[in-house]
Amino acid sequence: MKSPTPGESVAKGFAFSSIFWLIIGLVVGLYLALEMFLPQLNFAPWIAFGRLRVVHTNGLAFGFGLGGIFACSYYMLEKLTRKELVFPKLAKFHLYLFNVAILLAAISLFAGMNTSKEYAELEWPLDVVVVIMWVIFAVNVFATLIKRREKQMYISLWYILAMTVTVAILYIVNNLEVPVNLFKSYSAYAGVNDANVQWWYGHNAVGFVFTVPILAMFYYFFPKSIGIPIYSHRLSIVSFWSLVFAYLWTGAHHLMLTPLPEWIQTVGLAFSIFLIAPSWGSVINGYYTLRGNWDKMRTNYLTKFFILGITFYGLQTIQGPTQALRSLTSFFHYTDWVVGHVHMGTMGWVTMTIMASFYYLIPKLAGRELYSEKLANQSFWLVLIGQLLYTVTMWIAGIMQGAMWKATNPDGSLTYSFVNVVAAMYPYWKIRFVGGVVYLAGILVFLYNMVKTASSGSQAA
Amino acid sequence: MNIYSRPVVFAIVAAVVVLIGTVVTTFIPMMLPTTQPVSKYVKPYTAIELEGRDIYIREGCNNCHTQTVRPLVTEVARYGEYSKPEEFAYDRPFLWGSRRTGPDLARVGGKYPDSWHYQHTVNPQSMFARSNMPPFRWLAERKLDTSWSYRKVSVLGYGYSREEVEKQIKEFRAKVTSPDYPAKRIRDQVTPPPLRGDITELDALVAYLQKLGRDLKELRKKETAGVAAAAEVPRSNPYSGNREAAEKGKEIFEKNCQVCHGKEGGGGIGPNLRDEKWIYGSKDSDLYESISRGRKGGMPPFGNRLSSEDIWKVITYIRTLGEE
Repeated sequence: MKSPTPGESVAKGFAFSSIFWLIIGLVVGLYLALEMFLPQLNFAPWIAFGRLRVVHTNGLAFGFGLGGIFACSYYMLEKLTRKELVFPKLAKFHLYLFNVAILLAAISLFAGMNTSKEYAELEWPLDVVVVIMWVIFAVNVFATLIKRREKQMYISLWYILAMTVTVAILYIVNNLEVPVNLFKSYSAYAGVNDANVQWWYGHNAVGFVFTVPILAMFYYFFPKSIGIPIYSHRLSIVSFWSLVFAYLWTGAHHLMLTPLPEWIQTVGLAFSIFLIAPSWGSVINGYYTLRGNWDKMRTNYLTKFFILGITFYGLQTIQGPTQALRSLTSFFHYTDWVVGHVHMGTMGWVTMTIMASFYYLIPKLAGRELYSEKLANQSFWLVLIGQLLYTVTMWIAGIMQGAMWKATNPDGSLTYSFVNVVAAMYPYWKIRFVGGVVYLAGILVFLYNMVKTASSGSQAA
Repeated sequence: MNIYSRPVVFAIVAAVVVLIGTVVTTFIPMMLPTTQPVSKYVKPYTAIELEGRDIYIREGCNNCHTQTVRPLVTEVARYGEYSKPEEFAYDRPFLWGSRRTGPDLARVGGKYPDSWHYQHTVNPQSMFARSNMPPFRWLAERKLDTSWSYRKVSVLGYGYSREEVEKQIKEFRAKVTSPDYPAKRIRDQVTPPPLRGDITELDALVAYLQKLGRDLKELRKKETAGVAAAAEVPRSNPYSGNREAAEKGKEIFEKNCQVCHGKEGGGGIGPNLRDEKWIYGSKDSDLYESISRGRKGGMPPFGNRLSSEDIWKVITYIRTLGEE
């Protein structure tokens, strides 16, 4: 076996770090699911729901999600430029810094150091670390692209570039804050402005962490795994530019019917509906790539990961915009429906696609065959069933919650007190926990397969 | 020129494309008066209320409680007047939240007496058996750290001098540790003896919760003061002795009153309603006044939540309590 390139070895490090944080994040998630119906589990400050939820979201979005994104980005960067990383030591340092930063983030959030702004909870010293880390990543991205040996940049590289630039803007603007001391700061913005900036950030963190780089993986690893080029280059150009243009306008759909000026809400709503088009551009591109070869769903185990992944992306990008409509937001917002929505995107689209990319990537990095295709298939079904059980349960719970909150008696008074509605949710919260257990089982099978592949799979021919 | 073979140009074009929506929906609004309205009726937090707010943030209360009432009929019925932009002028960060696992808190200030919050925060299940709120016992067991209070209010530009901050802290300590503090009994129950003479984190949190939405409520009270005084309080109960009304009153009592006054009025946070003692007078009109307008000692006003008929029905029920 030839010695790995710098990009390959750092990709391997990021891939296994990412899976490690995935397991941690999911275990924390399961504990949170239990706390929802067993409040006595909140027995100590650091383990109480309010602090733990933030560890869950940050651990999975940034530990798992970003870890996977860095792994695949470094790998794709080398393959698509036919050039080794220009600064291998910097990439290695990036890997160590990343894990230290996630660890410190988790500790600080457990300790209650938290700015309260969703997905931007880290206090200012860690924000500085994140920015430094991002610059280190960007240096390798740009240097390698400038020195590349391949003339054209493939679609995936556009998405990686868009992420690199946009995440920097988002993160810095939303995290502007005035320090009180080393552990505490206040946002630079007040009230309505702070809300507007936060959800411009919050929604685009979804866009440029959970969508753009995952599409980069999809456009690269999907055609690679099935050996068929992507259906339409032109469609990918149109959907890329319209997606990155429209995304930034939509943050206000998180603030419908709040004191935010109404025109910003309406603009956000309009662009959210528009976003269906570029999102489905990628979905259609994926489906058409398989045209005439749908038997691969049966014969090539990775095909179903990618196709189900992009299908959940398609469903997600229809459900999301419709939730922004005023009539529907007034019913669904603040309920478990939205929790179901988020988890379809993260458990269905993001995790499924990162798993598929790793199933392709890790055997390549280890120079071995996949340890077991049978286990890979089992992980697929467990993850799929766990996710569906989770999301469908939450949608039903959300409909019930919305309806009970709005129910009135003939004389106009409210039918249910708040705690009545909480009590009605317990069965759903229990089923959600079961869904989470099934899902984690699938992820553990995936982990086992990956570890076995890296350590004892048969040598690749 | 092909931007797909020029990474730097591509990155610049991408940055411009993402900045268009950013500038229009985020940067321009920052400078508009509509996103930063101020109003004289909205007061900044005191140093203690701000400390309470920081504890609210530290414990992640915003993960389950929103702080914005939407202009929807049932939402206004449940929580109170819908939120106005100027109410958040001093909120850095904003705490509107995104999920209502628990109820909205934008109008919780003044809704319950302090004693309600002391008991509820430490042991929510003692008041609502099916609640899933975490019991925040540790807040009552920790002394409030005020060493950064002055720096905090200065960073936020609330305009208090160091002396004013010290005075606010001193006066607050005097209030919550006074033998006349209406919530004294419950506060002593949840606070360990060595901390009873000091400010705990829970004290500050309660102060913060009582501030939420209070400015607007005070404004409305001032606006309607004359009207309310003129409105005549009926003197006697039209349902007096009516068994059916008492039944209905029992239902209303269990939903609204039992949490504080205990099962069948046996007492709890609020006084016993079965005995002969009536703090604010024993006449029907006195009871009506207490329920409708509330009392200073902690009784919240129910006039905006219960119709006048419903209040009389509750009174009818209360009159049956001491009978057997």
